[in-house]
Amino acid sequence: MTFAEIRERAVAEWEVMERSGKPRILVGAATCGRSAGALDVLQTINAELAKRNLDATVIQVGCIGLCYIEPIVEIAKPDRPRIFYSGVNADIAVQLIEDYLVNDNPRPDLALGALGEGSLDGVPQLFDLPMLQPQVRVTLRNCGFIDPEDTNHYVVRGGYSGLARALQMTPEQVIEEMKKSGLRGRGGAGFPTGTKWEFCHRAVGTPKYLICNADEGDPGAFMDRSVLEGDPHAVLEGMLIAAYAIGASEGYIYCRAEYPLALERLDIALRQMKELGLLGDNILGSDFSFHIKVKEGAGAFVCGEETALMASIEGKRGMPRPRPPFPAQSGLWGKPTNINNVETLANVSAILERGGDWYAGYGTEKSKGTKTFALAGKVTRTGLIEVPMGIPLRQIIYDIGGGIVGDKAFKAVQTGGPSGGCLATDLLDISVDYESLTAAGSIMGSGGMIVLDEESCVVDVARYFLDFTQKESCGKCVPCRVGTKQMLDILTRITRGQGQPGDMDLLLSLGQTVNQGSLCALGGTAPNPVLTTIRYFRHEYEAHINQKRCPALVCLDLITFYILPDKCQACMICQRSCPVDAIKGGKKLIHVIDQSKCVKCATCYEVCPERFSAIVKVSGETIEVPEEPIPLGAEE
Amino acid sequence: MMDIAKLTIDGKEVEVERGATVLDAAAKADIYIPTLCYHPDLTPFGACRLCLVEIENMRGFPPSCTTPATDGMVVRTSTEQLQGLRQGIMQFILTEHPHPCLTCHRLEHCKPFDICLRHVAVTERCVLCPKNERCELQQVARYLKLSEITLPYESRELPIERGDPFFDRDYNLCILCGRCVRICQEVRGLGVIAFTFRGHQALPGTAFGRSLKDSDCHFCGACVDVCPTGALIERAGRWYTLPEREVVTTCPYCGVGCQLKLEIKDERIIRVIPQRDNSPNWGQACVKGKFGLDFVHSPERLTSPLIKENGQFREATWDEAMDIVTGKLSQYQRGTEFAAISSAKGTNEENYLVQKLARAVMGTNHIDHCARL
Repeated sequence: MTFAEIRERAVAEWEVMERSGKPRILVGAATCGRSAGALDVLQTINAELAKRNLDATVIQVGCIGLCYIEPIVEIAKPDRPRIFYSGVNADIAVQLIEDYLVNDNPRPDLALGALGEGSLDGVPQLFDLPMLQPQVRVTLRNCGFIDPEDTNHYVVRGGYSGLARALQMTPEQVIEEMKKSGLRGRGGAGFPTGTKWEFCHRAVGTPKYLICNADEGDPGAFMDRSVLEGDPHAVLEGMLIAAYAIGASEGYIYCRAEYPLALERLDIALRQMKELGLLGDNILGSDFSFHIKVKEGAGAFVCGEETALMASIEGKRGMPRPRPPFPAQSGLWGKPTNINNVETLANVSAILERGGDWYAGYGTEKSKGTKTFALAGKVTRTGLIEVPMGIPLRQIIYDIGGGIVGDKAFKAVQTGGPSGGCLATDLLDISVDYESLTAAGSIMGSGGMIVLDEESCVVDVARYFLDFTQKESCGKCVPCRVGTKQMLDILTRITRGQGQPGDMDLLLSLGQTVNQGSLCALGGTAPNPVLTTIRYFRHEYEAHINQKRCPALVCLDLITFYILPDKCQACMICQRSCPVDAIKGGKKLIHVIDQSKCVKCATCYEVCPERFSAIVKVSGETIEVPEEPIPLGAEE
Repeated sequence: MMDIAKLTIDGKEVEVERGATVLDAAAKADIYIPTLCYHPDLTPFGACRLCLVEIENMRGFPPSCTTPATDGMVVRTSTEQLQGLRQGIMQFILTEHPHPCLTCHRLEHCKPFDICLRHVAVTERCVLCPKNERCELQQVARYLKLSEITLPYESRELPIERGDPFFDRDYNLCILCGRCVRICQEVRGLGVIAFTFRGHQALPGTAFGRSLKDSDCHFCGACVDVCPTGALIERAGRWYTLPEREVVTTCPYCGVGCQLKLEIKDERIIRVIPQRDNSPNWGQACVKGKFGLDFVHSPERLTSPLIKENGQFREATWDEAMDIVTGKLSQYQRGTEFAAISSAKGTNEENYLVQKLARAVMGTNHIDHCARL
């Protein structure tokens, strides 16, 4: 089939659906929606429609990125704007069917936003919502709006026109278009995509391979999963364009097995592509042939590193090897290979569709385009966002993220996952682009963004990330295998109150050895969380080491719970809740915590009625309390 | 493309063929760069990170063992920063490897292999390491002149694997250089051992932790020969320390003629190491050559011909024995009464002579060879 025929058929089928007059119900049922109960909602909707004998089209769509209010359901009725409802459960779903589908009351009270022509009183436009308004969605252009299992939906929204355009160009022209766009690798390293393709294009050897790196491993990053689940064709089209540009005939998608839904969607999409002549020999009637295999990764963080990834595809242990030779010269099975990340490839299809100049219109001088971020942690609105490069960090956290939960104070933001760093308050106004983040000691990485508030201990956060990298080290090179372990031991000691003077200097010096000596980027960047927290939060380390005090009251060995005798009303709630019977006391006897038994689970702290607030959590200080329970009122 | 690359290493100009690494080039220029995971018979691994160098116009500190030498390269191998980095990395290695042999306060008072009674924990004494003074790690660590070792050593506390014949595996001494893994895979083509687990738990091992006997190991001992530390060690020669002399000889087992270096002490063969720079074996041997030469010292070994008379063997001279053999054989020169079976221990030439003797002298075609049986 030619592209014109594919497009014609898609548009025709889309119009049939539009004109059918049937309401459409779109349920956000990506992994995030499902974990919030989207499948229950879906089941309820289907059952309710059957029970009432209503005719409606129900579609599972991907995630629009508003993770904090999943599950999200969109209802589109003819001659009405499309209305998005958030936090839908089975009850609300039944109400929506009853009220909106049957009685035509769109329930503005439950609606989150509206989209399309027309408006609804009291319901804002979806893209005017504070979380969505500053966003520019390129990678995520279709996520949550199309049926990822129906190629027609993708094609109707412009899909595969980028490929069709690329096939009219020479590979060199496609590479030139990529260079013009300024796109840089979204997997973390930020290498210019066009240049990378050019290396592989010029390399001698056949066959050439194109690999899509979908081994997303950073804790807290989920953009690749979301794109594969919500818009797999965007990535696959990007793969075809990249393969055409470099001259690859074989492709692999290395996707982690922990993403079953993404794998399923990929499987369906690949089957559809073959049926439409978008994959295999002579794609869209051209001379270009390309085949794709999916390789499931077994869940090793290091396999996201390109040389380890290729070793894993070859059936070997996933361990990085030094470069040179670079994959473009000698990659998979010794052949020229190009590896791009999921997000990069999803951008590629958009760039070829709309032009390199259009893409380069976003972003900064050296960091063009848009970038997705997985906004998580202590921020009010968590989710998956996409913003133009160069946006101030503050705008992401406060405008899009809605600031810190519970109006607590912002402390730091960790960007780039375990390879990145913690940035403090005075860096809130830096521009989010490759250069600025690197200059601040962090990295862009794959786009994890974890916000910490005043109740988070940065030493503990650094310890957490180092624990992760230490465990995920492949063990091959000495600095990464041993150095991260040594640094972790020191950090653990500090969080346990056994820090020694000089520990910070030792950490800095070990961190430098690990950074300079490691074989791959896993080890090379592993010290970043420690180095940046020492750089920006030296006083917190000093408090832990010198005063044995955790200012954020997090490190268990450094905090103590006390029951204030003048506030305790001997209600016995805490005593009954204590899991280790560490609270002594009784009726009309004020309670006392036996510190030798206390495991610092904070249960008492949480259950003590607010009107008493008799339990305090302190660090680095001792509060004088009776050793044994004394009668209520006796202390006065 | 140029087949020769001319580069400058520490100010010295050196020319190497295309395909050579920076480490090869340095060796050619007589510049020593410390290495541990590197082995000339194996593909470069880049794991120990001791051979890091500085190369102009290259980012960071590339390992010289994997970086191809290219024309015009300017390499520095021993700047202050590199020395510091190597020392830091060596310190990391020594947190996984017992090292009182480098740090014991008696070091300057003791002669090598002095009996040591109390200065260091029993399991970590230098004299209780089977590779003491033969250890590559020890040599490289001494070269790097660590001023002090501040990071704590933590024993892996693993039991020594003694369940297999011929050699022991003590992974408490392993530094994960991967030479054993690579030689088994690349040179022997077996892949009996591979890296297992990850992070700080990573170690070479067999599939599912089974014994080597149950893992298709041929006990060629190649892994033992390349191990830079005492992690893999021949059981028989374990405590013999350094040899008094070495003898290069031909393996007596079969006609291949492997060249072996015998390490001799007290007139006994204490270890056998296949010769690396000789054909036909280029550093390799089989289980018999590597571990089977202890028969040399057997009291039951025949040292002169024996002739049986009246049911009893008596020692005889070679002349006497040969006379009896030729005398008796000459009685059977009529074809059907004689057959010859020759041995793979003989060379091709020797086996040719056996069949010549059988056909031309004994007049028979009844000839066979143990390799066919």
